[in-house]
Amino acid sequence: MHPAPSVIVFTTLSGLGFGLLFFLGLGLPDVSGWVAFVFFAIGFGLAVGGLLASTFHLGHPERAMKAFSQWRSSWLSREGVAAVAALATMGLYAAGVIFLDTRIAVLGWIGALLSLATVYATSMIYAQLKTVPRWKTALTPALLMSISLAGGALLAGQIALAQILLPIAAVIQVIWWVRGDGALQGSGTDMASATGLGPIGDVRAFEPPHTGTNYLLRELVFQVGRKHALKVRVVAVLLGFILPLLLIFIPYAHVSVLVAVILHLMGIAASRWLFFAEAEHVVGLYYGKR
Amino acid sequence: MTHHQPKIDTSPKVSDEVRKTTCYMCACRCGINVHMKDGKVAYIEGNRDHPVNKGVLCAKGSAGIMQVNAPSRLRAPLKRVGPRGSGEFEEISWDEALQIAADWLEPIREENPEKLAFFTGRDQSQSFTSFWAQNFGTPNYAAHGGFCSVNMAAAGIYTMGGAFWEFGQPDWDHTKLFMLFGVAEDHDSNPIKIGIGKIKARGARVIGVNPIRSGYNAVADDWVGITPGTDGLFILSLIHELMKAGKIDLDYLARYTNAPVLVNGDEKSPDYGLFLRDEDGKPLVIDRKTGKLTAFDKPGVRPDLHATHRAAGVTHRPVMHLMAERYLDKQYAPEAVAERCGIKADKIRTIAAELARVAFDEAFELDHEWTDFRGEKHTKMMGRPVSFHSMRGVSAHSNGFQTCRALHVLQIILGTVEVPGGFRFKPPYPKPVSAHPKPHAKVTPGSPLNGPHLGFVQGPDDLVLKEDGSAGRIDKAFTWENPMSSHGLMHMVISNAHAGDPYKIDTLFMYMANMSWNSSMNTKGVMEMLTDTDENGDYVIPRIIYSDAYSSEMVAYSDLILPDTTYLERHDCISLLDRPICEADGAADAIRWPVIEPDRDVRGFQTVLVQLANKMKLPGFTNDDGSAKYEDYADYMVNHERRPGIGPLAGWRMGDKGLQHGRGAPNEGQLNSYIANGGFFVKHIPEAAAYYKPWSKEYQDWAVGMGIYDSPQPYIFDLYVETMRKFQLAAEGHGDRQPPDHLRERIKATMDPLPIWYAPFEDDNVDTAEFPVHALTQRPMAMYHSWGTQNAWLRQIHGRNPLYVPTKIWKANGFAEGDWASVTSAHGEIIVPVAHMAALNENTIWTWNAIGKRKGAWALGEDASEATKGFLLNHLIHELQPPKGDGLRWSNSDPITGQAAWFDLRVKVAKASAPPDVSQPAFDPIKSPVAKGPSELTWKVGK
Amino acid sequence: MTTLPESTTRKLGLVIDLDTCVGCHACVVSCKGWNTENYGAPLSDQNAYDGAGSGTFLNRVHSYEVQPLATSEMPHPAAQLIHFPKSCLHCEDAPCVTVCPTGASYKRVEDGIVLVNESDCIGCGLCAWACPYGARELDAAEGVMKKCTLCVDRIYNENLPEVDRAPACVRTCPAGARHFGDFADPESNVSKLTAERGGMDLMPEQETKPVNKYLPPRPKDQMDHAGDIDILAPFLEPVMEEPKGFLGWLDKALEKI
Repeated sequence: MHPAPSVIVFTTLSGLGFGLLFFLGLGLPDVSGWVAFVFFAIGFGLAVGGLLASTFHLGHPERAMKAFSQWRSSWLSREGVAAVAALATMGLYAAGVIFLDTRIAVLGWIGALLSLATVYATSMIYAQLKTVPRWKTALTPALLMSISLAGGALLAGQIALAQILLPIAAVIQVIWWVRGDGALQGSGTDMASATGLGPIGDVRAFEPPHTGTNYLLRELVFQVGRKHALKVRVVAVLLGFILPLLLIFIPYAHVSVLVAVILHLMGIAASRWLFFAEAEHVVGLYYGKR
Repeated sequence: MTHHQPKIDTSPKVSDEVRKTTCYMCACRCGINVHMKDGKVAYIEGNRDHPVNKGVLCAKGSAGIMQVNAPSRLRAPLKRVGPRGSGEFEEISWDEALQIAADWLEPIREENPEKLAFFTGRDQSQSFTSFWAQNFGTPNYAAHGGFCSVNMAAAGIYTMGGAFWEFGQPDWDHTKLFMLFGVAEDHDSNPIKIGIGKIKARGARVIGVNPIRSGYNAVADDWVGITPGTDGLFILSLIHELMKAGKIDLDYLARYTNAPVLVNGDEKSPDYGLFLRDEDGKPLVIDRKTGKLTAFDKPGVRPDLHATHRAAGVTHRPVMHLMAERYLDKQYAPEAVAERCGIKADKIRTIAAELARVAFDEAFELDHEWTDFRGEKHTKMMGRPVSFHSMRGVSAHSNGFQTCRALHVLQIILGTVEVPGGFRFKPPYPKPVSAHPKPHAKVTPGSPLNGPHLGFVQGPDDLVLKEDGSAGRIDKAFTWENPMSSHGLMHMVISNAHAGDPYKIDTLFMYMANMSWNSSMNTKGVMEMLTDTDENGDYVIPRIIYSDAYSSEMVAYSDLILPDTTYLERHDCISLLDRPICEADGAADAIRWPVIEPDRDVRGFQTVLVQLANKMKLPGFTNDDGSAKYEDYADYMVNHERRPGIGPLAGWRMGDKGLQHGRGAPNEGQLNSYIANGGFFVKHIPEAAAYYKPWSKEYQDWAVGMGIYDSPQPYIFDLYVETMRKFQLAAEGHGDRQPPDHLRERIKATMDPLPIWYAPFEDDNVDTAEFPVHALTQRPMAMYHSWGTQNAWLRQIHGRNPLYVPTKIWKANGFAEGDWASVTSAHGEIIVPVAHMAALNENTIWTWNAIGKRKGAWALGEDASEATKGFLLNHLIHELQPPKGDGLRWSNSDPITGQAAWFDLRVKVAKASAPPDVSQPAFDPIKSPVAKGPSELTWKVGK
Repeated sequence: MTTLPESTTRKLGLVIDLDTCVGCHACVVSCKGWNTENYGAPLSDQNAYDGAGSGTFLNRVHSYEVQPLATSEMPHPAAQLIHFPKSCLHCEDAPCVTVCPTGASYKRVEDGIVLVNESDCIGCGLCAWACPYGARELDAAEGVMKKCTLCVDRIYNENLPEVDRAPACVRTCPAGARHFGDFADPESNVSKLTAERGGMDLMPEQETKPVNKYLPPRPKDQMDHAGDIDILAPFLEPVMEEPKGFLGWLDKALEKI
């Protein structure tokens, strides 16, 4: 899959934003006034910024409102509905905390759940796709949610939680990669089944249908070298998980946490780049690419 | 939950109007429905009523809309202002353009018309352009057949009075085994696809013989991945096996071929090897009923394939004996040819056996009564459901003529020509050599030529030679070098004119011929010849006039450009006098008419020729009172009469009692009748005349009525071509007209009256150990010739061309995807991208032809893939063979017809150590006379 | 609506005959022409006259080389080339429909055709992600998803003669390798062809239940079977060995005519 910057930015930022909002909804940290304002602003900024970024790749962003209509069947629609619900709920909740110094706990819990649900819906957009075997697994929501929670905890200053959640996310990430590397082969979809010509013999793509390029090749077929991918994986694990973890084991300091958050964000962006770049869409088989 | 869905309009208006005309995206000439919206072309589809395509349409045809809006369309007449090859022009008016042309041409006509060389490339109006050239008086006229496929056409006509493609087709509805030879999938493309579809729907068998398993060969049930240039040997081996097993149609051979004709066996006679003839000149056979010498066509005669005639101590034997002696020889046994052909002996035998099984065990009869030319009535038509067809690959070799002949002999001995289930001619064929003109080249300053330029020689007397024995034509057609060059040799014109051999010319006038690019061998050399100057600084070829609709590579090399229209903006006629659109069941012709008007200052080339003729008052175009006969081409199409009652168009002529078809006086409303009928005319052949056409009284009478012949022309097939023997006799020293000594041995060896096989000449001229690989090209079905590549839709399908490399060579060189190869011939080197192909003869590489473009041409951007990754194989091929050390340069052509031997090419392949950025050789960009096209297209004419 | 209909009255679709397709691209360009001028936005082309060119096409012809495995009967089987046209398969369980967030993608209840309502399409591309066959292309000029409509604006079009009420690709196919009909009717041409020739699904494991079926190539190169010549050998039983013997046979054979 083409690692489009808009989608990488969207999933990275909004995942972190909704992770933060989740903890804020639970009252972690229990803040109020200006401090609360800053926390909520960061949470909303990341979540909304991410959502906005995601509209950059739309052909018709002005019609985006239509996307709320199909929540009964479409994970993308559900994501939109959940995000709006989460933001609205958390908005009310935040207004109480910031301006009225009143924490309506139930509202916070609902907002936290909706935030988590949004991340889940986002992850299911990918996890539902049988056409991308690397994504088609329950591990995908686990991965995206664990990263969102770990990042949220880190950003919310919940160091103790982060110290648990970061390693969990890291482990899921590694398992996700290992499973993913065999996913296409294990999916049962190959050139033989794609063409139905398998019973005759070994199938090889000969001439492409057009010598020029096309939307499918640009959007769905992206080939990244194995060595290159491995390097990016190392970077992602180091920046996303290991270094932040080391930093937050240093006696508590705002600066080190800030650095940890920034490194984490960079690492997750790298991970997210791989999430797309390494994902093989089965349509590539028709072009002899895998 | 109920299912909601939008309501959509499923009956939108399709168009305001449908205008029916004839496609020109290739030489197939399909009928098209042009859907118009707001006066613009909105959609093009096939015409269901049309005899050629019956409603279907290929990729090119459907992309016609992108041809009509192509940015590469020339916009106005151009006069060269920069040096030749620079592409620097200024736009001028038509008045000025015609004046310049007339000023150049009139003195030539008055002083020496041979100083004009007029060659019309992919012209489909040759009966008109040749008429123009004839009236101008130059002997130097031809179209592109000589570098394309004259072997195919001439071998067919000399053997059986017709060939493949426009000349004939398999009986698709009855055939049970279809065998297709030859690389390339261009000619007659929709009819062949329709036919293959019919065969496939029945589950009948298709055998493909082709080094490359693409296109039609990809759907062939059995593939014979033959070594290029060995088709003739393979065919002779099949003939060997069939004769050895007696699986030949003796009745057919005796009745309809010259197999029973007696051949003079007197080695001392000047007629040795010629036919015994009676006083009327009729070939003699022995009548099996009487045992007596009898004219072959005498009513009631039963020609004997076996009996000989002994006179004056000499035995004269029938052709059948000579064939037995020749083809039963062990040199043609499958084991003897297998290795050279790259086909296992068992497979050759299996194919021969399958041919025999289907031809004889699956024979069938149709209950159609007919009468043969000897007056015998038949109640049935015997069907032999084996059919053959060939694409141009087999003919593009220096042994191509004999190979094509061999294929025809194969189908004739099986008795499958002009019978149900076999191969059938399309009117105006069958037409024997004797019914064709001979070449004419007698020049009289200020007067027309003494007859049609091109024709079929019947012996040395018909060669076009001057008193001193030198060539009469600039292309040296009809000379001892290539005596039977019926289509001329367009590929030799520029190099001969540049060399002043046989003489210098003044003006080169060309149409639709991309000679400075893909239509020439030795492309770079041709560019140099076109721009070469003499000691005075004048161009060696002084003047070049060129007509093309598009900004092709050739434009830059011309002095005066006469911009043509696109095919939807013009009148044209696809005439029975020319290469018509007939199918086996009917005679047909067609027109093009301007379904849209040009939005530029361009004119149809044929109309421009009429205007030039009028300006020069050429005889055939001028009335006795000096006035012009024709205003434009449409006027000519309607009012020209080649012979009384016979014009370019056969439909809706004026008879005594109103409109009639075939013969008749001109009819002013003729074009409207064509337009009302969908742009074409078709007259079906009666059932009794559907098969056995060369011998059928019913067909011959019908053809006379249609004006195809002036009198019945029945004939027998020439398994043995006496004309060729006459050239051999001359080479042996007989007769007044004698070949130069250096050609004697070659003529004796190659002009064999019975098909032979010899290795392609290049195999002898280069070290085949150093150059072990065969290199071929073919056109993809979605592209054609050179005029389609700037098409915005088609160029996405074929915007560059890799070099396809077979597994053996791929592995030996350690090639990987993305690699480039250096390909070297005795003549040059190219460096190009490679791709792997397993379904390919293991010693053959190939690529798509004419995809590569020069930067600056065709209104493409300089980064266009055609100019960066595309390439031509032409750079590796020379119009002359490599020097042999005899002090002579032999042309790279078939020695019989002069057809360019494109596919003789031998190369070596190596991985390119440092892959270049663009395919090599690369040339400087030429300046474009037109603006570049838009970068984005959203082409929708209806709102 | 984004949900799929429970069932459709008819199941219109194509049969594509891989034994017959010669790879001429006629269907590709005819489709391009019809659908540029008709249903919705034109199919645009980028870099139309430079670079490599990149346009929207709803139907593309791939080609594959297949190397059969060696057997004792055929120790050196030749590679085969198969042309492979591909467009929307109008799946019964079309994943492209259910992922659509706006309801622009839908499957028609009366005939099963999968369509995009372009005025509702936000161009998110998710349906193209969900389709395993590459049947959907986002038009770069218009920003909406384009796909095969099975020429819904032809097959019912009362402005066309009845014989022309077929998809443009089917009408134009020179070799007759494409067939259009109703798979819900067991007596239809497409149902019969599928039954007779073993019509197959592409990527059955994706469980999309494609309506379009592909007819597999018939077995090829049977003449290379060792033993085939033994069956056919009687047809080549020599009548003689030497030319002289041939002439003797000739005389006898002529007696019989």
